[in-house]
Amino acid sequence: MTAPSQMDEDADTMWTAVCRYDELLPERGVAALVGEIQVALFRAHDGALFAIGNQDPFTGAWVLSRGIVGTRAERPTVASPLHKQVFDLRTGECLDNQDVAVPVYEVRARAGMVEVRVA
Amino acid sequence: MRTDAGRRLVVVGNGMVGQRFVEALRERDVDRGWQVTVLGEESRRCYDRVALSSYFDGVDPDALDLVPDGCYDGRDYVLHLDEAVTAIDRAGRTVTTSNGRAFGYDGLVLATGSYPFVPPVPGADLPGCFVYRTLDDLDAIRAAALHATGRVAVGETDTTGSKATGGGAAPVGLVVGGGLLGLEAARALRLLGLSVHVVEMAPRLMPLQVDGGGGALLRRLVEELGVTVHLGTFAASVAGAAAAREPMSVTLGDGTLLSVDLVVFAAGVRPRDQLARAAGLAVGERGGVLVDAACRTSDPAVFAIGECACVDGRVYGLVAPGYTMATVLADRLVGRAAEFGAADTATKLKLLGVDVASFGDALATADGALEVIVSDPVGGAYAKLVVSDDATTLLGGVLVGDTSKYAALRPLVGRPLPGDPLAILAPSGDGVAVTGSLPADAMVCSCHAVTRDAIDTAIVESDLTTVADIKARTKAGTGCGSCVPMLKTLLAESGVAVSPALCEHFDYSRAQLFDIVRVNQIRTFSELVGEYGRGRGCDICKPVVASVLASLGNGHVLDGEQAALQDTNDAFLANIQRNGTYSVVPRVPGGEITPAKLIAIGEVARDFRLYTKITGGQRIDLLGARVEQLPAIWRRLVDAGFESGHAYGKALRTVKSCVGSTWCRYGVGDSVALAIELELRYRGIRSPHKIKAGVSGCARECSEARGKDIGVIATENGWNLYVGGNGGFRPRHADLLLTDVDTETLVRTIDRFIVFYIRTADRLQRTSSWVESLSAGNGGDHVDGLAYLRSVLVDDTLGIAAELDAAIRRHVASYEDEWAAVLDDPERLRRFTSFVNAPDTPDPSITFITERDQPRPVPLPAPSRGVPGAGPTVLAVPAVPAARGADDLTGTAGGADGDEPARAAVAVGDAPAPDAFR
Repeated sequence: MTAPSQMDEDADTMWTAVCRYDELLPERGVAALVGEIQVALFRAHDGALFAIGNQDPFTGAWVLSRGIVGTRAERPTVASPLHKQVFDLRTGECLDNQDVAVPVYEVRARAGMVEVRVA
Repeated sequence: MRTDAGRRLVVVGNGMVGQRFVEALRERDVDRGWQVTVLGEESRRCYDRVALSSYFDGVDPDALDLVPDGCYDGRDYVLHLDEAVTAIDRAGRTVTTSNGRAFGYDGLVLATGSYPFVPPVPGADLPGCFVYRTLDDLDAIRAAALHATGRVAVGETDTTGSKATGGGAAPVGLVVGGGLLGLEAARALRLLGLSVHVVEMAPRLMPLQVDGGGGALLRRLVEELGVTVHLGTFAASVAGAAAAREPMSVTLGDGTLLSVDLVVFAAGVRPRDQLARAAGLAVGERGGVLVDAACRTSDPAVFAIGECACVDGRVYGLVAPGYTMATVLADRLVGRAAEFGAADTATKLKLLGVDVASFGDALATADGALEVIVSDPVGGAYAKLVVSDDATTLLGGVLVGDTSKYAALRPLVGRPLPGDPLAILAPSGDGVAVTGSLPADAMVCSCHAVTRDAIDTAIVESDLTTVADIKARTKAGTGCGSCVPMLKTLLAESGVAVSPALCEHFDYSRAQLFDIVRVNQIRTFSELVGEYGRGRGCDICKPVVASVLASLGNGHVLDGEQAALQDTNDAFLANIQRNGTYSVVPRVPGGEITPAKLIAIGEVARDFRLYTKITGGQRIDLLGARVEQLPAIWRRLVDAGFESGHAYGKALRTVKSCVGSTWCRYGVGDSVALAIELELRYRGIRSPHKIKAGVSGCARECSEARGKDIGVIATENGWNLYVGGNGGFRPRHADLLLTDVDTETLVRTIDRFIVFYIRTADRLQRTSSWVESLSAGNGGDHVDGLAYLRSVLVDDTLGIAAELDAAIRRHVASYEDEWAAVLDDPERLRRFTSFVNAPDTPDPSITFITERDQPRPVPLPAPSRGVPGAGPTVLAVPAVPAARGADDLTGTAGGADGDEPARAAVAVGDAPAPDAFR
């Protein structure tokens, strides 16, 4: 899943390259620091990229990048490594508590690099 | 609130029937018309006397306790222990007690039970002669047995007798009485390691329950277990030991002379009616307080229930009729109509490992009763049905060796036979498995008087899905447990299907997935989920598959696709803590550690500013390590000779030990050496849940081995092995699996236990509940589950022992230290970074303050989780300042580029300590 292409021309400067695409292991996350924002980055089994906030909203710890990636029904998910609440990687919604969500960031692969836009 | 409006009810005796009565009254007397005072002469409140011999099987006395929480509230229901009633003043309606107190009553219930009958044998009152009735009796027997074991073990005086009886070095016990009680006592003595003789006056064992044919088979099966049976004779005299440390001698009626260390009289019981006699109440011809069908004595204010009561001229020595009386009386006392009718004296027992059941008119005493017998001396099974003269109605039966049909047959007594009697008795006969033939009013649980209809109704109305649910709801199956198989069948017939599915991705249980992976030699999660599941897995199934793959030997847990299956603890080979840092626990096998290694751990903790704490598993926990520090910390630890302690894994944790015979003046075995051997043997093995073990050097049990999954206790003769213990959320003492075995047998059995557990347990099922589930799957009897386990692990009844042994051999051969393997591999090391694009920058949210001279995490600000009903709240990211980067205290440790972490760590150690820990 890459960001919509029409964003490329007008906002190219806002994208931050964080690592090589092949540094990401399928179904494992990494944390990236974009400015002062901690982003949890994931590469799904089919190669799609997702970026959400790294903070677990239930405990305050910055650990979501270390959760287990999977699916619930058809939705790609990550489970908090602390208490296992599951979040939708596309929307940031917590699937175990509809009152909670985490931020979602734009992410794309460009020239072998993974780029994130947090603005 | 009512204060004294309730009428005063005094219950004499807190045995099984007295207690059942109190519970039955509590249920019925909702507006508290009675104020109940229970007086028990024993120091212990009501316990399960029927299961008494399990006390020697490693069962904790507390596990025998039968009093529900909150039963005695100290106000309306009061229990006084250690207080025997010594006299009844019927005119003054008062009882007086051994403590000199007086209790007035409006109603008096005698539940004094019975006392053991000791035949008038000369010498029966000598020390070394015991009865078998209370836990205190059992304690006395055990003390004598241990004394005798010590005597024989030191070999001071093992004279003629015990050798002549083939007992070798074991001390000898004689049980007088070959009925239910006698065989229970024989089992208890065997559990104590004694060589056992049983003497019975009748021409067969269990003469009241079993006929001649069944008795003959029973004798053979019991003798195969090493018990010597003397029938048709009696103990004529007991002569005391000629000197201390010498055995006693017993002469039997047929002239046989036995040299024994102790004698247990278990020749039946007599009703305890002395109080009633002294108070002038009517008693039966052969004893027992005379009562009517309402359990009322000759004094309308006094009642008697259980083994002390004589109803219709009969005294019942079984618990089920006593329970019925308890229920009848409770009904009566709240004004309901109820009568004690024909008692169900059906019995199903496992005596000395032999299954025996008897029900209805087992001895065919009815006019014209016909007997249908199937006897299989080779297979060790005997079955008899007693039917009416027209062969249409079931009257009773006897089953020896195989009692699997008991649960289905017993409720059919007095009802039409469900089929041809021979077909029913045939070994493969399933004629009675069909509970559809069971009438709605048939009593399924006779202990609690629960009918089939009541159970069916409960299943439907309360949506019950497990046998445990039925037990909780109806009490059925919580007495003797013999109807549990029937409960399962009723549950199945009601259409309740319990899904074994692990999660939405797999329809299989963990054990099934294990077999699928093993048989099909599957190596990856993708392969497995593609062929046998759906989706891409989740936090439930992925760690399960990771564990299964690891158990089957698929290389390092962080290799290839396996890395993505691991929980964060396994992924980072450390335990995540509440602030996102990790704890580090090096292995300290058996808790033995050199000063140099202790210093090394201290230095690492000091240099990395880690909080240190001694764990319960005899090792040292180092807390507060950030993910990017882990490699540098471990480089230091590995260089100092440490390896992973697997505190992060569902794996073997520690083998705790006491100091053992090397130093301890009480020790009889080298517990430290064995603990180290076991810990090194099983280190790193992945399992459904964590496994903890302990080895104690003597029965004082300083390593608390019986609170572990695997517990070993040294004995004079080798080792005792206990399994299935647990501390934690649901404490449970481990069960004795093997007694007095050598080290080789011990280790082999533990090998098999571990692999069998790994292959068949559910996800996150500790060995304690796994062992219990084996019981549930094998007749619901606690002892049965252990016997099953023993048969699989020791006797190899499933034929899988070689496979289990091979699995451990593979494990031992392929073991490598996970942390050393990570340190040697730049690709694996690369994952231990804080940020993929800033590997030297620590997570700025992790900060510490100092408390008691050590770092402790600064509590994280609790993030707002949104307003209910206002839709999802996306959290704003707080402006946490970025870390100070490379000048930070430990920020450079463990870079992703394969730098030598050790060097970085040394530099860290030299850095000046700041006031606050980062």
